[in-house]
Amino acid sequence: MKISLKWLREYVDITLSPRELANRLTMAGTETEGMQCIGENWTGITIGEITGISPHPNADRLKLVTIDLGSEQTTVVCGAPNTSIGSKVAFAPVGAQLIDGHSGEAFRLKSAKIRGITSNGMACSEKELGISDSHEGIITLPDEAPIGTPLADYLGDVIYDLAITANRPDCLSVIGVAREVAALTEQQLHLPDTSYIEAGHPIEQQISVEITAPELCSRYCASLITGIRVTDSPRWLQQRLLKCGMRPISNIVDITNYVMLEYGQPLHAFDYDQIQGRKITVRRAAAGEKITTLDGLERSLSPDMLVIADQKRAAAIAGIMGGIDSEVTDGTSSVLLEAANFNPASIHRTGSALNMPSEACTRFERGIRPELVDEAIRKATKLIIELAGGQAARGLVDVYPNRQEQEPILLTNEKIRNLLGIDFSTNRIVAALNSLGFTCRTATNPSGVRATAPYWRSDIKQEVDLIEEVARIIGYDKIPTTLLGTTLPSQNPEPMVKLKQMIRCHLRGYGFQEIVTYSLTSLELLGKLLPASSIEPPPLRMANPMTAEQEYLRPNLRANLLTTLYSNRKHEDDSIRIFELGKVYLPRQNDLPDEPEILCALLSGPRQSRSWHEGDNPVDFYDAKGTVESLINHLVTNLDFEKSSDLSLHPNKQAAILIDGNKVGIVGEIHPVVREAFDICEPTYLIEFNVSTLLPFTTGHKMFRTIPRFPAVVRDIALIADRGISHRSIQSIIEDTDLVTKVTVFDVYSGGQIPAGKKSLAYRITFQSPDHTLTDDEVDKVQQQIIGKLSRELGATLRS
Amino acid sequence: MISRLEQLKLGALKELDLITDAKEMELWRVNYLGKKSELTGILRSLSSLAVADRKSVGTVANRIRTELEDSLNKKKCNLREIQLAAATREENIDVTLPGRPLPTGRLHPITKTINEVSEIFNSMGFQVTSGPDVEWNYYNFEALNIHDDHPARDVMSTSWVDIKADKNRGPMLLRTHTTSVTARVIESQKPPIRVVEPGRVYRYEATDATHTPMFHQIDGLAVDKGITMADLKGTLYEFARRFFGEGRGVHFRCDYFPFVEPGVEMAIECLVCNGRGCRLCGNTGWLEILGAGMVHPRVLERGNIDPETYSGFAFGMGIDRLPMLRYGIDDIRQFYSNDLRFLSQF
Ligand SMILES: [Zn+2]
Repeated sequence: MKISLKWLREYVDITLSPRELANRLTMAGTETEGMQCIGENWTGITIGEITGISPHPNADRLKLVTIDLGSEQTTVVCGAPNTSIGSKVAFAPVGAQLIDGHSGEAFRLKSAKIRGITSNGMACSEKELGISDSHEGIITLPDEAPIGTPLADYLGDVIYDLAITANRPDCLSVIGVAREVAALTEQQLHLPDTSYIEAGHPIEQQISVEITAPELCSRYCASLITGIRVTDSPRWLQQRLLKCGMRPISNIVDITNYVMLEYGQPLHAFDYDQIQGRKITVRRAAAGEKITTLDGLERSLSPDMLVIADQKRAAAIAGIMGGIDSEVTDGTSSVLLEAANFNPASIHRTGSALNMPSEACTRFERGIRPELVDEAIRKATKLIIELAGGQAARGLVDVYPNRQEQEPILLTNEKIRNLLGIDFSTNRIVAALNSLGFTCRTATNPSGVRATAPYWRSDIKQEVDLIEEVARIIGYDKIPTTLLGTTLPSQNPEPMVKLKQMIRCHLRGYGFQEIVTYSLTSLELLGKLLPASSIEPPPLRMANPMTAEQEYLRPNLRANLLTTLYSNRKHEDDSIRIFELGKVYLPRQNDLPDEPEILCALLSGPRQSRSWHEGDNPVDFYDAKGTVESLINHLVTNLDFEKSSDLSLHPNKQAAILIDGNKVGIVGEIHPVVREAFDICEPTYLIEFNVSTLLPFTTGHKMFRTIPRFPAVVRDIALIADRGISHRSIQSIIEDTDLVTKVTVFDVYSGGQIPAGKKSLAYRITFQSPDHTLTDDEVDKVQQQIIGKLSRELGATLRS
Repeated sequence: MISRLEQLKLGALKELDLITDAKEMELWRVNYLGKKSELTGILRSLSSLAVADRKSVGTVANRIRTELEDSLNKKKCNLREIQLAAATREENIDVTLPGRPLPTGRLHPITKTINEVSEIFNSMGFQVTSGPDVEWNYYNFEALNIHDDHPARDVMSTSWVDIKADKNRGPMLLRTHTTSVTARVIESQKPPIRVVEPGRVYRYEATDATHTPMFHQIDGLAVDKGITMADLKGTLYEFARRFFGEGRGVHFRCDYFPFVEPGVEMAIECLVCNGRGCRLCGNTGWLEILGAGMVHPRVLERGNIDPETYSGFAFGMGIDRLPMLRYGIDDIRQFYSNDLRFLSQF
């Protein structure tokens, strides 16, 4: 909310500099988001009166204007079309800082000869003064502007942009902020006089009000002013509205806005003569009821919306906007002024349903107090009489079905100490609360105060609310700073947090770059993964997707990783290894979705960063598998792989990752069709596993194994086997033999001298006994056993 | 006899000087120190000498033997050094060529920041915990005093999941803040509680340089008997000191969040202008870092924690903003576009 410092000064003496005031308000909860100082740079600029105008001898469109500055007279060359004798203008002498009317740049005024005549200064436009963008003519000040006074004293102001928190609708007003300032700077508040002469007929003879939905309207108050004239508002009123960011419309409408800004109570003015039947009914709208609002749009209403109706139709949507039929126009001569209190939730719902946010709506939906109505309607009525003429009817209509008094709340010294960690004396507490308008009675046993909130505060409901008031008035900086001294909760780190950390660190060590992608995705993108079949189960859809790309909760990470790979491939032809460790969202019946943590990684490009050292061999399946082996071997012992059939992967280059026989993930090459759907040109390998499934296998720890005391014997054997025989089957046979402690395949080869359909495999076998040094004979015997078994079971023979 | 020995020594050493390879050296050793050498012969025949001579000749012969052995060893070393020096001279590489690259991976700056923040709180006894991204209306809003028509909802535009609402817990949504985890912790744990809850959060907002539909937050909660606002200030001050560095000004001011009372906002002295005022800090000299406050009694009651016995504080802050401030990143979208040229800088 924008607040003018000048306006604020009408209610409270300002003892701080504008910047100090901003800071004090901010610290106490009314945040100053911005501060605009009007007239900050107006040094030397004074108010003058035009006393003479004569033509410029050398230019038709220029004039010589004589300005009376009180102590002296000066003549300037002026090209503005709106000069006239007697008007008050802003005179800038040589040296004054102004804004260039065309470029908008700041400049310092120099003495200049214009068409042969020296001009010792100039009369300024609003734009040159930095007030507005208006540059059609010079600014003309009101007649009462005092000649010779610095312009900054007369027009200067500071406009604060305040962020009012949702709990303080009372501060959406100049008086509300003035109350804060008064409390924070220990000053008195001066409230304006709201009395006026009630010269007309009693109001109840001219209008009656009935509330049929008291749950949505706790108070409805109206005044009636007859014989008015609708015109523009006076300049001072327009200026105030403009400074607060509101557009002047007409005196009546401007007055309702002005009083809303002043008191925080929204008001509405009806053209009294358009109110059919001289009766207002505050009722729920009928289903499908129509009203054309002030903006000219026809609105369709529903029964959860409240309307202000006359005897024929809805004349306004309560608290939102008036109807066009009862709008105050140039021809209006009698005004029915409304100040009411509506249910905040209902106003909020209506405002959102109709998508009609407004200043009034903002105040109602935050829950202003019905007591605000009294002063606001009187002030507005008074202003209408003063500025639009007319007579106010005697009395007010005031239907107030839901009067609720503020109840006193007990605040104990002990509670303050327990919550704030500091003791404040009862006197100090009372002083803080009194400054905010609370009434306090001290209490004993337990010692403290019974405080009643002032009528304008709707946010004080319990003891902690009072504690905040005390703390913010005394200042949060007075509260000490301590470290937690309470019992340290038992430390049981979530195993998942640790596991995720470990996986990330290992992958970083293996050269993978972590990425973070959005949780929301599109069916189109997911469809690239499974060209033929649909995704099962269907992913969760958003009810209000922002864009088509953000419509579904991701059921996997693959699509996002492939997209990331593609976009980076546009500028990177070297090795790319990326991973994401994050949640996927799998729908469940009648419950929140399952959110397992998934690791997904991609490898593509050369195995090693291109360098002068090695050739650029591309990565292959075994790079991906090796990564899984290194990573998972850190965590569990029983890692295994078996052929798998994931449709997004190459049918012959993929394997499921098993732990203790349980499938936790998959490794393989992205299916060329899928790859091309993502516009990726080179073979790309995927690692994917479910970290949540892996987790239970990683708890506990391995047992220590003694270092063998007796030397090992190492033998190499080379085998020829059918190409269909897997390494795995050979390895199992070798491993299952006594005394064998380790088997490593170190060469796989086919072609050349190897017969067609066969391959050669070379193994290094380590033999070791826990209780003696092995002899060559012993090892020979075991080796023969192995070869015999390989030959019998797999048809593999020693390569000669 | 003694002069013969001295002569022998001189001759041997002169010869040793001229030797240039290992083979000659071995010959020399056999000649002068070998089993059949003259010196060995003399030493062996000592017993046949007169007692008086035996001692003097023996001493000299042994000394000469040691001298010859030492000279030989020295010569051996010399020779090896010369050989190695020659061989080393031949081994010549261009040290300006780049080294063999080890693969270098990196963590995402968001992960790094979450880790760093979590570690600081961890050291003060706060444990990392987590909750679901897809959440019930209840935990995201109701349990935190944010009822359906609360104005605070307007600033947290919500993405709703297209699923029938639950009878008790309301519609399903993407959590708008990690404070939903605070609500869950209050419901499921008993004091003493000290947790931090990092994670993804979502807003129904158009994307621009300062907004993405998904970003990260970390919330924290401490509940026990006797926890005060002074503890809140101390804990968060300690965080700021450790994350932003010693000597950076910190202030706590009043702010409003429905689930705490009193409400607090913590700001630090602007990292760009150090408090003088600049564009980044909107000329205030301060940067808002986090919101906090004493947990509202009704929030505790909903989790069956008696607010008359227990008190606590809660806080929440945006994660993304921290590396943005620290590294001068001006567009939040960079974190989620995953350009390796960006990510490899952290
Ligand atoms: Zn700054």
